Amino acid sequence: MKETSGGIGTAMLRKEDPKLLTGENKFVDDIHVNGELWMGMVRCTSAHAKIVSIDTSGAEAMPGVHSVYTGKQLADMELWAAPLPCAWPVTEDMLNPPHWPVAVDTARHVGEIVAVVLADSRYQAADAVEHVVVEYDYQKAVASIAAARDSDDKAHLELDTNKAFHWELIPDPDALAAAFENPAHHVIADFTQQRLIPAAMEPRGVLAVPSPMGGEITLYSATQVPHILKVMIAATTGLPEQKLRIIAPSVGGGFGAKLNVNPDEILAVTLANRLGRAVRWTETRTEAAGSTHQGRGQLQHIEIAADENGKIQGVRAHLDADMGAYMMLITPGVPLLGSFLYTGVYDVPAFGFSCDGYFTNLTPTDAYRGAGRPEASYAIERAIDILAGKVGIGPDEIRRRNYINGGELFEDHEAASTLIFDSGHYAPNLDKALEIAKYEELKAEQARRRESGAGKQLGIGMCTYVEICGLAPSRALGGLNYGAGGWEHATVRMLPTGKVEVVSGSTPHGQGHETAWSQIIATKMGVSSDDVTVLHSDTALSPLGLDTYGSRSLAVGGVAISMAAEKVIEKAKLIAAHQFEASPDDLEFVDGSFSVKGTPAKSVHIQELGFAAFTAHDLPDGMEPNLQEQVSFDPPNFAFPFGTHVAVVEIDEVTGGVELIDYIAVDDCGVQVNPMIVEGQLHGGIVQGAAQALWEIAIYDDDGNPTNPSFMDYLVPSAAEVPFMKTDYTVTPSTSNPLGVKGAGEAGTIGSAAAVMNAVVDALSPYGVEDMDMPATPRRVWKAMQGGAS
Amino acid sequence: MIPAAFDYKVAESAEHAVQLLTEYGDESKLLAGGHSLIPMMKFRLATPTVLIDVGRLSDMRYIRRDGGQISIGAMTRHEQLENSDVLAEACPLLKHVASLVGDPSVRHRGTLGGTMAHADAASDLPAAVLALGGTIVATGPNGTREIAASEFFSGYFESVLAPDEMITEIKVPADTGGWSYQKFNRRAQDWAIVGVAVADGGSGISLVNMGSTPLRASATESALRGGAAAVDAALMAAEGTSPPEDHNADAEYRTHLAQALTARALAEAGAS
Repeated sequence: MKETSGGIGTAMLRKEDPKLLTGENKFVDDIHVNGELWMGMVRCTSAHAKIVSIDTSGAEAMPGVHSVYTGKQLADMELWAAPLPCAWPVTEDMLNPPHWPVAVDTARHVGEIVAVVLADSRYQAADAVEHVVVEYDYQKAVASIAAARDSDDKAHLELDTNKAFHWELIPDPDALAAAFENPAHHVIADFTQQRLIPAAMEPRGVLAVPSPMGGEITLYSATQVPHILKVMIAATTGLPEQKLRIIAPSVGGGFGAKLNVNPDEILAVTLANRLGRAVRWTETRTEAAGSTHQGRGQLQHIEIAADENGKIQGVRAHLDADMGAYMMLITPGVPLLGSFLYTGVYDVPAFGFSCDGYFTNLTPTDAYRGAGRPEASYAIERAIDILAGKVGIGPDEIRRRNYINGGELFEDHEAASTLIFDSGHYAPNLDKALEIAKYEELKAEQARRRESGAGKQLGIGMCTYVEICGLAPSRALGGLNYGAGGWEHATVRMLPTGKVEVVSGSTPHGQGHETAWSQIIATKMGVSSDDVTVLHSDTALSPLGLDTYGSRSLAVGGVAISMAAEKVIEKAKLIAAHQFEASPDDLEFVDGSFSVKGTPAKSVHIQELGFAAFTAHDLPDGMEPNLQEQVSFDPPNFAFPFGTHVAVVEIDEVTGGVELIDYIAVDDCGVQVNPMIVEGQLHGGIVQGAAQALWEIAIYDDDGNPTNPSFMDYLVPSAAEVPFMKTDYTVTPSTSNPLGVKGAGEAGTIGSAAAVMNAVVDALSPYGVEDMDMPATPRRVWKAMQGGAS
Repeated sequence: MIPAAFDYKVAESAEHAVQLLTEYGDESKLLAGGHSLIPMMKFRLATPTVLIDVGRLSDMRYIRRDGGQISIGAMTRHEQLENSDVLAEACPLLKHVASLVGDPSVRHRGTLGGTMAHADAASDLPAAVLALGGTIVATGPNGTREIAASEFFSGYFESVLAPDEMITEIKVPADTGGWSYQKFNRRAQDWAIVGVAVADGGSGISLVNMGSTPLRASATESALRGGAAAVDAALMAAEGTSPPEDHNADAEYRTHLAQALTARALAEAGAS
């Protein structure tokens, strides 16, 4: 019997890392072809302007310049069949004015492309961009959600409103009204979710390569969604879908910013097709900060009605959400993804949610790590702390009093939001986090410091979050008017020599799919994970898939892998039974080997059957050769991971400086395939959420100009700002899939912003501070301590 | 993020660098560690047509003690200051300040001469040299001259260095009294929102990011000389400054920080 290793549950190093760490892997910018032309984007320097004229003659005369195209010229060339797509029209009457890859008459945010230079080198393109002269007729910019809602200025001059849609989810209006009739405690709170710049480690980039005789195009793109991109490029450009091949080579992070269909992708494909030359572009960091979509951008209003003991009777929430200048792929759907989570982990009898989406003259928003769910978690977790204060009990106690099923284990709970939570077991998870945090000791230390005036106030904050993961059931997504399904596809093949090739429809951009999928195969098929290779991220190798976002890879794609492996085992079993001249029903499959029950001495390992299936010399009658099976898995429900995060901050009473000094996270993502990958996901996610609480904000002035579009002023924290995090887990298997997995990609971010801000507000409570906008900058904290406005 | 075209020359000595500066004039820039100049070029805020690389002049990397004075070669990297035994003994302020500049990659490229010439009011080391009462040695076509740090900085990213001069050495006094550097920022790698350097037990106090140049906290210094208590003198730290306003701080907050950090620095330096 062969040894199996590296199965589900093993905290093994990632297979991907040696190639990534040594630079062997290629990213889009590393790939070059002969005769390629570089695009240089001429971008609008105003947030809202009509284009009067564009003089390209100076740029065209520059060395190395091949051509310069304005939006008008491109429109006249009829390079595309449709505007850039929005796949999530959340209401039937949603406004969705056309968004062309290059602005034709009017540009509506700083950074919108108004002309494209094609040149032999990147430097020549950049030089030529400076010589394109654009005359603008400046218009009043709508530079904030409040301005979009309250002023008469219009982000789109041809529309008579900035409100793109109104969406609501109020399952039982009468019950909701009753809950808010004279509640013993009534929390009313408003929070701002500032805009965030995704800032992946690898910038976005594209390279479109036409076939020499024309007709076929290969697009290399730093994308999370090669499969979706293929469909969308075909639909947008009118190019035949079967002539397109999309390859996402090594992709260095995305956090949602790489799940869009971007102007540069459409431009590269259509210009390469038109010119018969390869066309490429890599964004600069300035372009990444101001032109690639941003995250968050919401004004939140939340109310809780509770009885005298703090038991919640109802929750209602309203969002004003910033779409930015245009609807991108899932822009309007992002707030809706959070809508179901405004009740958090609590038993809420009555619930209502509404959202107004507004156009502004700012960079479009779209999915960013957690997409709608961190915002929701923030609102309910901040609000429940406020409720605790009103009731006069601790933040832990208010949570215990309101947990679904009293904090005890439940399965398939129908929430007031109408979703069915797959499983949860909240109280032990909280207990564990508070124990690791030494919560009682922390509270004592906090009291001591408050009394002694030690100079550094201690703040303790907690967040008990729940997340919707495994973005799937296609029907549920259809019910929300989402433009695609949520299934995932997988193929598993046993090669003649017994090695295993897995074809994954979900596409990694740093998550470690190759390792995790190998581990699933190792456990299922009884082979070593070293014997498994995972193919992915190339639509020619992996024609079917719905890619990676929304913490869906494992809970949907990983399950598909597991199911395809089971189908391979079933077929192999028939071959083994045929060889043993036994009935398949009499065979058992243990650690990769088939044997007749009761006679384990005579056995055949599944890897030995690959060759028999390949030669097909002696297969059961009617059986097709080869061992290869595929599955499209569409789960019956989402998965709902949860957890408790505890943040401890120290606030310098003199400077207002906030230091995150401890962080405890006890997460429950169901069954873990690779605990080391889970931990890495959590570390990154926690820091990304803490970054929203303490550092990151995309700032625009009143005219819609970005004022901090560089890493000098947009503060992404480094390891130096983060304490050594203490992570631990509870395991409550999901009922939504046979592996019991839930997903961990966004959990850290969903838990951490609220935990950190609850800690900051807790530290400042002796100063009478009840709330603070994110990020809690030292100046803001200092002013709050002075009793000034934050 | 794509710099404009430029020509690149490697200087073989300080004299050669000066020769090249004379030859190419205003359009040229000296390149030392490059961690300020290159980003400015990438943003096209600086567009020199000739870069004269002096960063390879390794004989200009030294830290020597001559009696009561420490001489530091202009191309000495921050990392060398940070790990210098000479400074540990004779000028721990400079060693400590160097350890707080940027991040490790910046400290392994950046040079003391480069940061002085860049004359950024928000930089750490120029303020430290100013507090120490240091001297800048510059070489030009007519030979070498010495400029007191207090006379060196003339404006926003400006110094009295002539276009054809190059800093060759920085001198600071050895074995001065109690010292402190209080740097307040939001991330370890950032410039100071406000910084305060105290040298020689409080006789030299300088402020980072409180105006267009590194500044001496003159009012505090003279109050201390006049016998004022440190806590009271610290309240005068921002007098005569014109603090900039940015995303991190307005003038009111910077003024508060200057006072508070000066009080902390004086306490740490042993001034009472």
